[in-house]
Amino acid sequence: MSILIDRNTPVIVQGITGKMARFHTEDMVKYGTNVVGGVVPGKGGMEVEGLPVFDTVADAVENTGAEASLVFVPPPFAADSIMEAADAGIKYSVCITDGIPAQDMIRVKRYMYRYPLERRMVLTGPNCAGTISPGKALLGIMPGHIYLQGNIGIVSRSGTLGYEAAAQLKAHGIGVSTSVGIGGDPINGSSFKDILQRFKDDDETDVICMIGEIGGPQEAEAAAYLKEHIKKPVVAYVAGMTAPKGRTMGHAGAIISAFGESASEKVEILSAAGVTVAPNPAVIGDTIAKVMKQKALT
Amino acid sequence: MDIHEYQAKEILAKFGVGVPPGALAYSPEQAAYRAREIGGDIWVVKAQIHAGGRGKAGGVKVCNSDTEIVEICENLFGSKLVTHQTDSNGKGVYRVYVEGGVPIDREIYLGFVLDRSSQRVMIVASAEGGMEIEDISENKPESIIRSTVEPAVGLQDFQCRQIAFKLGINPALTQCMVRTLQGCYRAFREHDATMVEINPLVITRDNRILALDAKMTFDDNALFRHPHISELRDKSQEDPRESRAADRGLSYVGLEGNIGCIVNGAGLAMATMDTIKLAGGEPANFLDIGGGATPERVAKAFRLVMSDDNVQAVLVNIFAGINRCDWVAEGVVQALHEVQVNVPVIVRLAGTNVEEGQKILANSGLPIIRAKTLMEAAERSVQAWQSFSVGETKQRVTK
Repeated sequence: MSILIDRNTPVIVQGITGKMARFHTEDMVKYGTNVVGGVVPGKGGMEVEGLPVFDTVADAVENTGAEASLVFVPPPFAADSIMEAADAGIKYSVCITDGIPAQDMIRVKRYMYRYPLERRMVLTGPNCAGTISPGKALLGIMPGHIYLQGNIGIVSRSGTLGYEAAAQLKAHGIGVSTSVGIGGDPINGSSFKDILQRFKDDDETDVICMIGEIGGPQEAEAAAYLKEHIKKPVVAYVAGMTAPKGRTMGHAGAIISAFGESASEKVEILSAAGVTVAPNPAVIGDTIAKVMKQKALT
Repeated sequence: MDIHEYQAKEILAKFGVGVPPGALAYSPEQAAYRAREIGGDIWVVKAQIHAGGRGKAGGVKVCNSDTEIVEICENLFGSKLVTHQTDSNGKGVYRVYVEGGVPIDREIYLGFVLDRSSQRVMIVASAEGGMEIEDISENKPESIIRSTVEPAVGLQDFQCRQIAFKLGINPALTQCMVRTLQGCYRAFREHDATMVEINPLVITRDNRILALDAKMTFDDNALFRHPHISELRDKSQEDPRESRAADRGLSYVGLEGNIGCIVNGAGLAMATMDTIKLAGGEPANFLDIGGGATPERVAKAFRLVMSDDNVQAVLVNIFAGINRCDWVAEGVVQALHEVQVNVPVIVRLAGTNVEEGQKILANSGLPIIRAKTLMEAAERSVQAWQSFSVGETKQRVTK
């Protein structure tokens, strides 16, 4: 059983009638994801890619038994859609949308906490590439073919850097258990720590690869957590060594504004917690291969 | 998005935050005239730029007469202020704000920020006003008071009173302080700010609480619902390369190196810059062209990168996931036909259909330097840049 999604997880796509959403829905279906429908207010009764469209997430859940959702809704309305999913009983939602206002995300997180833990939705993203359990299911926009099935758990803020890591691993013949994009926004659904907790208990994951970047406290928080709780080897890379202070580097959350938020400080903190840090992005795969050899893992 | 001090004060005043009497001026004569309108016999002339540290850089001056105001403004207008928050070029002064002087009893630091740990709005206050918050947290960390706002119900008065008492503010002024804090919070909340900083917030000798300086930053992602804030954008305060990029929907940050970068994805773009540095070069920019590397976007990116005169080599690094490498390669070739690029171009493609992509580049007849891995791409870029810059220097010498 992989983390977050599996071969049978029934998935709906929120905003399925958009061009990008249609394209990726088709891609996910091809990959083998169990997509069961879509939601677009006012378009209930339509069909997209042979899938039924519903007016509300609640309708979709009632009619399809959906457990996961992928949110492709434009930024001004995305927060509302995430809350709708949380209220309708969706267990796991991935939000791809880039550009959601930070205060909207504060409200989303506050809203999700209304529900008791056992029925509280898990959210990853926004502004992420999604989650993939190779060979099982793809819930996002990543190219499925760059991932081999295997035992490395990847968690990354950046989408394309996550691809880079997976492709480097593939070149080594190493595969991935699950790869989770947590997104580049300052307020996100799940932190590194949240995903590390899941990899810790996942028997399909032997090594964890964590790809961070400048800005925010989540890498340091993860370091403190894994030092205490994780026995599995962790390899990390942190992007943004050359990023100037006080400037936003593309991702809304990639800005150095406090101590511990620069790449070099994060590398230091992670190393001190026992993490093997890849010195540059070109050797993430090599570093993981080396660690696996040391630990006699295959 | 940043705005000027006078604009932040206008906004805050609407929410009940006290500010000294002041007026904006676009010329020295206007500044003198407006000082007379304000009245009194002491004024502060403040250069309006989008950066802190103006005082030390000579951008804030106390004046006692019309002639002094005119004199100071003549020096300020059109000048560039270099502060610790600007780059070495500084920021141009095109507006000054004239304020009536106030008798200060004590100075307080007050900030509202998005706290990423608690994922809430946090108030930060300190009795050590006037100092930069970085210096306060280094030298007087115990003086910092923090309070987070529960998003469902907003800032509560008791939290404001707690802050007022911890700051040791005269109990007679507690209610005034509550009004100030609530006003700042409402301004923050209702305009989707990411920061409100009042440094210093002063208590005057005649027992008023006034924002002597004010800084507001807004969430770019929320500007769609605040057209009146979008109107406050001042392009004269932006790096012209970055303004151009923003207008074209590209995410660009200008740096001071020589190797231009065109990359898809923010994380990969930062990683590419890091690898260039590791290979012995300096990146000229951060540029994320986003997920879809269409020929139009690649051409736009080339134009933008080439508008920087320091660029002596361009590295294109695209991880084609959904879009295929052959398509991206065609885009690069098309862009190089459209945009005049007279410096070495290094292209690294990875992902779907990489062989076909390489073939298209090889058969294009263009002098494109190809690379397979990120490291190779960075090394070749540095080599190409070095030999190019040697050639340039020789040319200049022979001329």
